[in-house]
Amino acid sequence: MAAAITAEGLVKTFGDVRALDGVDLEVPEGTVLGLLGPNGAGKTTTVRVLTTLLRPDAGRAVVAGVDVLKEPNRVRSLIGLSGQYAAVDEYLTGRENLQMVGELYQMKPREAKARALELLEWFNLSEAADRTAKTYSGGMRRRLDLAAALVVRPPVMFLDEPTTGLDPRNRLALWEVIETLVAQGTTLLLTTQYLEEADRLAHDIAVVDHGQVIARGSADELKAQIGGERVEVVVHNRELIPTALEALTPYAKGEPAVEQHTRRITVPVSGGARVLADVIRELDGRNIIIDDIGLRRPTLDDVFLSLTGHAAEDSEEGAAKDADGSGTTTGKDA
Amino acid sequence: MAATTPAAIGHAVPQPRGGAVQVLRDSWVVAKRNLRRMTRIPEIVVFGLMQPVMFVLLFSYVMGGAIKVPGSGGESAYREFLMAGIFAQTVTFAVAGASAGVAEDMTKGLVDRFRSLPMARSAVLVGRTIADVVQTAFTVLVLAAVALLVGWRIHEGVLKALGAFLLLLMLGYAFSWIGALIGLSVRSPEAATSAGLIWLFPLTFLSNAFVPVSTMPGWLQAIAYWNPFSATVQACRKLFGNPGVDPAHVWPMEHPVEASLAWSLLILALFSWLAVRKYRNAVG
Repeated sequence: MAAAITAEGLVKTFGDVRALDGVDLEVPEGTVLGLLGPNGAGKTTTVRVLTTLLRPDAGRAVVAGVDVLKEPNRVRSLIGLSGQYAAVDEYLTGRENLQMVGELYQMKPREAKARALELLEWFNLSEAADRTAKTYSGGMRRRLDLAAALVVRPPVMFLDEPTTGLDPRNRLALWEVIETLVAQGTTLLLTTQYLEEADRLAHDIAVVDHGQVIARGSADELKAQIGGERVEVVVHNRELIPTALEALTPYAKGEPAVEQHTRRITVPVSGGARVLADVIRELDGRNIIIDDIGLRRPTLDDVFLSLTGHAAEDSEEGAAKDADGSGTTTGKDA
Repeated sequence: MAATTPAAIGHAVPQPRGGAVQVLRDSWVVAKRNLRRMTRIPEIVVFGLMQPVMFVLLFSYVMGGAIKVPGSGGESAYREFLMAGIFAQTVTFAVAGASAGVAEDMTKGLVDRFRSLPMARSAVLVGRTIADVVQTAFTVLVLAAVALLVGWRIHEGVLKALGAFLLLLMLGYAFSWIGALIGLSVRSPEAATSAGLIWLFPLTFLSNAFVPVSTMPGWLQAIAYWNPFSATVQACRKLFGNPGVDPAHVWPMEHPVEASLAWSLLILALFSWLAVRKYRNAVG
């Protein structure tokens, strides 16, 4: 499959900060790459370079078959960009916003108008079409912003933290839209700090930290890298723990872990659901009462923690700084 | 958000045409947007009017009696002298509108959106400054009506008066590019408003706008005569036939129309070049 986005050795420094330190990426046509990383890892800077907003100090990038550095204006007519926060004019109506973007994508005014109405309907904004965006809720503005990125049905889209700050309901709605787009063949590069989002939407994930890609692969591949599955058992009372351990030993592929106060025993296993069934039968046979049992696979959180040594979602303070800093000081956001 | 309308790709993507036609077309799209905004935030237009109207009334009735216009007597002499200065000050205050507007677009991410679109690189700023000059023209029109009420008159015919207004709008247009550059350079719209205005006060007062230059110390007179602002004010007084045309033997005072045009074109050329360059490289 041809690559819709290629980046090779992207370097960008802001003063002393090496925001991008040799980023390589490849996104095959029609797939979704999730760029995952903490604040300041280089996600936004990567997107800004690929969308022609920022010139890298070194490296090469090709988007939709066009060289980003040599023919930026041709790239611009083939991409859609939706940023971390809604870049819409709040004193224009939803319809006027989309029509303006359409005309600036060089569509004829009549086509731009028709496309605006079509998108407003698709994004459930028809009723609010003639109200200024100032009156829109946060979720509506995000939808309008995403609609603006879709005006020309671009083959390649860049979404920079599209759901940051959205409530769960709106986040889910936006995910559905994104899934529809991808199903129709759009290639998508998505940055996110939400592992759940990457897990659900991305075919491939590139973990970025300190301006470098430190791991890549599908969510399952990344999870497999840091270890396999395990059975977790919560027994009814503490007295049962020794017997339970004894019962579990034949299935264990490693040292069991015991948390006395939660009465939880975790045992590395292999064999999936069948092992789980065997374990349940075994425990039942010994009359061990269990409160909870399950087969757990590592989450992307575990992956992230083991790769970077810190959690993906930074403190509230960091997230807030990222969200409003991007407008004026993206250089430092990097 | 049902998937009723497919957003399917592969649709013919319009190609940017490039060239002057695209610059004009894209600039007009952006100008339309800015003009729409003005009708939705009428406060901006209203407050833009209040300051010059207040100046007309304060200067006419409070300070007018104390300032003598050389070579002309009469009660309304200072009011007639004053108006060219107020007009010129008003058009240059377009700087504040441009700088605040551009800075707001920067902080709200709109400049990023525009820069990611296949549109002419200069269009965002050209569109902005065109909308500003339309607003300025409206302000000048209302101001002229107020001026007529307090006793200002034109004495050299309508054509020359129109010429004077054109010179004023040229100066205002050139100055709004200074505003655009300021807006791209500062970090917040609030800072842009102050940064856009602070230097305008000395610029407009170190000129022939409010008092005859002959009353200033010698070294200040040289500055005042070569101030771009003074050339336009002198040209307007001449074209309106208002009192107080400075008889000084300095080139910009002897050829004020040419000097005004030259200054405006120079400022326009320099600052549009700087601003568009800044916009291209903007790290939004």
